[in-house]
Amino acid sequence: MFRYIVRRLIGAVFVLWLISLITFWLFFTLPNILGANPAVLFAGRSPTPAVIAAVSHHLGLDQPFWTQYWHFLSGIFVGRNFGPGQNCPAPCLGFSFINGQPVWQEIISDLPVDISLAVGAAIIWLVAGVSIGILSALRPRSIFDRTAMGIALAGVSLPIYFTGLLALSIFTFGSIQIFPNLHFVGFTQNPISWARNLILPWLCLAFLYAALYARLTRAQMLETMTEDYIRTARAKGLPERTVIFKHALRSAITPIVTIFGLDVGILLGSAVLTEQTFSMTGIGRLAIQSIGARDLPVVLGVTLFAAFFVVVANILVDIAYAYLDPRVQYS
Amino acid sequence: MSEAPHAFLDVRDLRVHFPTDDGLVKAVDGLSFTVERGKTLAIVGESGSGKSVTSLAIMGLHNQRRTRLSGEIWLDGTELIASSPDDVRRMRGDRMALIFQDPLSALHPFYRVGAQIAEAYRIHNDVSKKAARDRAIELLRLVGIPQPDRRVDDYPHQFSGGMRQRAMIAMAVSCNPSLLIADEPTTALDVTVQAQIIELMKEMQREFNSAIIIITHDLGVVADIADDVVVMYAGKAMEYGSISDVFYEPEHPYTWGLLGSVTRLDGDRADRLQPIPGNPPSLINVPSGCPFHPRCAYGQLNGGREREVVPLLEESKPGHLVACHLAVKERQRIFREEVSTTL
Repeated sequence: MFRYIVRRLIGAVFVLWLISLITFWLFFTLPNILGANPAVLFAGRSPTPAVIAAVSHHLGLDQPFWTQYWHFLSGIFVGRNFGPGQNCPAPCLGFSFINGQPVWQEIISDLPVDISLAVGAAIIWLVAGVSIGILSALRPRSIFDRTAMGIALAGVSLPIYFTGLLALSIFTFGSIQIFPNLHFVGFTQNPISWARNLILPWLCLAFLYAALYARLTRAQMLETMTEDYIRTARAKGLPERTVIFKHALRSAITPIVTIFGLDVGILLGSAVLTEQTFSMTGIGRLAIQSIGARDLPVVLGVTLFAAFFVVVANILVDIAYAYLDPRVQYS
Repeated sequence: MSEAPHAFLDVRDLRVHFPTDDGLVKAVDGLSFTVERGKTLAIVGESGSGKSVTSLAIMGLHNQRRTRLSGEIWLDGTELIASSPDDVRRMRGDRMALIFQDPLSALHPFYRVGAQIAEAYRIHNDVSKKAARDRAIELLRLVGIPQPDRRVDDYPHQFSGGMRQRAMIAMAVSCNPSLLIADEPTTALDVTVQAQIIELMKEMQREFNSAIIIITHDLGVVADIADDVVVMYAGKAMEYGSISDVFYEPEHPYTWGLLGSVTRLDGDRADRLQPIPGNPPSLINVPSGCPFHPRCAYGQLNGGREREVVPLLEESKPGHLVACHLAVKERQRIFREEVSTTL
């Protein structure tokens, strides 16, 4: 097991390195090939060639690709100095072209929003989705099942900017102002205010995913309940409750855990639509702003961050899977 | 309800019907038999003749909502069909146990073999986890698993097919059940392992003095283990009697057909295999009269009666029951003169 984890970690590091290489090339070299100089973006309005050259030199864009990449990569681990007064401590992802702030700081300061959003919504959708899925599977084609699956179909089909705006128009700006004046408050500052401001985004995001998970759980449970080992469990004389929760759910939950890990990983990296809908200043919004402003260092940093979360989620899922399914071989 | 029975397991006029969109499926339609402790009854017949449905109905494992169950199932003086599902559940695994066809799919892939056996034991016995684990090791040793104290922590996929079936049997006998139902216990196993498993079942029967119902289409297994045989066709018993009656003096044309479909290694056989012509009937549209008449080589002797009247299961001699329109003397003559020579 230990060797398996170590091997997965080495693989993950390699994947992240590859992503950093490709994205760096994509953002800092490809524009040059296509005839656009990233330095222009940094140099301000109507720059003279001399200014552009100075900026190019300042950013190291006049150096060979591998040198540039090496500076970027080593900067993440040991920090980087762009000149007097522009020391960028490790982990350094460079400075924003727009406001000159260190990219790392920009992302880290937005991260609590995404963590709060993803973790809160994930707990809601996992509990709600799996419970509804189980109840539906136990009474297939019942009124409960049909109603739940009908709502789930709506949940899967409705995008967050529909449900989100609907919720906002009712509960924040509309007649039932239960959650007026939404703004993110850090958990450490005021946990109650933190939760109150997040309930609407949580519910809207969880609605979407809970619908998916309910449908998935239902399908998995229905399939598992026909397995021979469920009949064996009943033949032992186990109460139906034990048959369902110990024997059937144990098998049905395994693929759900896999997808859950990946979904949370992706959401931690950014929840673009949700953040945009609820005007939350998370990484997703940062990504959109920086893309709009062609703030390349920030775009690069956000991309790497998202990749990092997905890769870590993948490893955790694999480890969890090996733990959940004894048939998985570690070697 | 009729008077309390004398036999240990007494099944009377069992009917298992499934209403479907296409019509009523009469999977079992008026089946009766008895089994005593220490004795083995074999239920034989083609696929879809109602063998497995019978075993599930006795265990109370049929789908309660989709099944119409009638008749009586007496187990040691308790009638099961009228009992509450919870009472039947408490008897399952304790007083009656089931061994399945495919031990790989019948064992939970995510739980250790020992834990699955211990679980079966702990439901019906108020013991500690440690005691249940010790019991699981003891049972694995009893069914002939080598190094049971180590294998107890293996997962099912780490066992061979034969060992899995041994583990299934260990699970089934964990609470010393007085009734053991084995639904094709050897079908999924290698031929060499089949004999071992049958031998093991006999051992378990001696150990626990259980009544055994074995469901199979392997007549070799039947000859090896059974005391009595029920031959089922389209949910009904066609012939019922002791193994010597049914195997050596069979009187039903369907039984002749089954016996004629068995491969033999000795060269005595006058002819090749003689499969029964046609297919088993649909259980929604069971042929009128004798359900076997469309496939029966002797059916037309009755001049239309076979299509109109359902033959009753009647004694041709004490303890040997046959459901056939042919006169007793006539079918005994046919077997003696025409059939026995080809078997």
